[in-house]
Amino acid sequence: MRPAIEVRNVEKVFRQGTGMFSAPRFVRAVDGVSFAVPQGGCFGIVGESGCGKSTLARLILGLHPATGGDILVDGRALGAMHRRERAKLIQPVFQDPFSSLNPRRRVADIVGMPLAAQGIGGQERRTRVNEMLARVGLSAEQGQRLPAQLSGGQRQRVAIARALVLRPRIVVCDEPTSALDVSVQAQILNLLAELRRDLGLTLVFISHNLAVVEHICDEVAVMYLGRIVERAETDDLFSRPAHPYTKALLASVLTPEPGLGIPDVGLGDSYPDPANVPPGCRFHPRCPAAQEACRSTQQTARNMAGRTVECMLAESL
Amino acid sequence: MSAPLLEVEGLRVRFGNGTDAVRGISLSVGRGETHCLVGESGCGKSVTSLAVMNLLARGAVRTADAIRFEGRETADLSDREMGKLRGDAMAMIFQEPMTSLNPAYTVGSQMAEVMVRHRGVRKAVALERAAFLLGRVGITAPGMRLAQYPHQLSGGLRQRVMIAMALMCEPRLLIADEPTTALDVTVQAQILRLLQELQRELGLAILLITHDLGIVARMAHRVSVMYAGRVVESGPVAELFAQPTHPYTHGLLACVPVPGKIARGAPLGSIPGAVPKIGPGFQGCAFRERCEHAMPACATGAVPGRERAADHRYECHLEPGWTDRQAAEAAA
Repeated sequence: MRPAIEVRNVEKVFRQGTGMFSAPRFVRAVDGVSFAVPQGGCFGIVGESGCGKSTLARLILGLHPATGGDILVDGRALGAMHRRERAKLIQPVFQDPFSSLNPRRRVADIVGMPLAAQGIGGQERRTRVNEMLARVGLSAEQGQRLPAQLSGGQRQRVAIARALVLRPRIVVCDEPTSALDVSVQAQILNLLAELRRDLGLTLVFISHNLAVVEHICDEVAVMYLGRIVERAETDDLFSRPAHPYTKALLASVLTPEPGLGIPDVGLGDSYPDPANVPPGCRFHPRCPAAQEACRSTQQTARNMAGRTVECMLAESL
Repeated sequence: MSAPLLEVEGLRVRFGNGTDAVRGISLSVGRGETHCLVGESGCGKSVTSLAVMNLLARGAVRTADAIRFEGRETADLSDREMGKLRGDAMAMIFQEPMTSLNPAYTVGSQMAEVMVRHRGVRKAVALERAAFLLGRVGITAPGMRLAQYPHQLSGGLRQRVMIAMALMCEPRLLIADEPTTALDVTVQAQILRLLQELQRELGLAILLITHDLGIVARMAHRVSVMYAGRVVESGPVAELFAQPTHPYTHGLLACVPVPGKIARGAPLGSIPGAVPKIGPGFQGCAFRERCEHAMPACATGAVPGRERAADHRYECHLEPGWTDRQAAEAAA
């Protein structure tokens, strides 16, 4: 069966500094990323701010054109697809349900918008909107309210209903629970898992919260400065992280277990700057295991016991 | 045992729009101790910390039976007298270091100002201490950083600057309101480690406000769980996490995914509904609408305070044994 999403060597370069007298700077936000997500799978992308995970999400959604590489959705090139066709296949859920919903529209209109864009109106639209609202746990009465009259969790339910109303096969969630309280986060994660199971959805799940990703994803990619530095099945990644950056990320997860203290993540105090990528391995300035060769040798993705790692020292660590 | 550094009794805050943000809470922070105030957004935890510092916005009315700092009553201090304490013996750091640093002044000049104002030292002396403290919080090349503006620093560096600035006058109490929420996880771990180190070294008392139960578990000595303006449960950290007894605490802990502990895809515990708005005249337990154990008594009068163990208290009609009974029923 062909994968739901196939990303081949994709890159995105932004031009920065458009001042009249300053030389333009180029930021390689995504730099040669490849992966595939099987139908019905849940693929997690983790990394810190500025690593390119949200840019990657926007590329997959077709909201930015890629500057290089190919993105195939359901076997077809994303760039060649019409916007309306793409919308029926792949839909987003964004982080902030306060800014991703039009504050002047009623909930039912917001959820019905994708249908309207496809030329579906009248009774069919009303029925499908109400079905979808019920599916995500909102009443028809709540459909008549404005987003400001709903709580954060309810708003994220609206965003999910809007994403699913066209019955897409793929949903890209970019930090869908980061703006929510813990108890509400759990409600939304449970809802996503249930919808995925019932509707056979393929999910791309982007988050900086590793515990959340561990809980719902089958496979996880770790991004650092625009590249996937490690990709593995969730259990492998969490039980035996191979890349030093993955190790540091996992070490910094603070589980609610008293007595364990705050871990020493072993990273230096230099921070990555996407506009100024270091030569050689891009993680070497912060890497506790870096050697002389890491400063000059460009790392490439290698297969290592069923996973992909970009670290020349991975076996010996 | 010596008296706690900070003692708050019966603190209430009402906003002009008729919302009761804090409804009679008491807490104490001992010397060299970390007390975590945990709860979800809108529970009143930040308002509590601002009320202690007397930094509430106009329109908010604060009343308290006592707010004692080092044995001295501060609730009736004038703004001027309170201003002498703030930034000196008690300092505060906020969530967003970008908005709490002044973008128009260099790091050095805003750090020095604190000490010049409180201690009346010359600026050169204050800058020397600032450089020392920047080094102490793990910033390399402090001399260069002093001359930089906040926008030239990364988020992690800014938060380190905020911490160094708070330490300028050797405070005894540090109030930290979500100090790492805007930071990446690896940087968060570094900053929290730094706070723990500083606490050990300087004997700092920390009132740490957070929504993150992971941070609470790893940082706190004592925990107070807030819900809708009340402390619904409080106790020593190990005891409270082992025996969460208020249904809210119990539910909250079940909501957190823990790697390796909950099967993939198995539903997480969740608390239905959302936090209610509490106005004047509210009666009963604020959690009753979301509580699976709610009974008629929960809707009227005051909720009884109970003791689970020594020093571990909660506010609920349920007897302390209910968790054991539930566990036994689940096992059977």
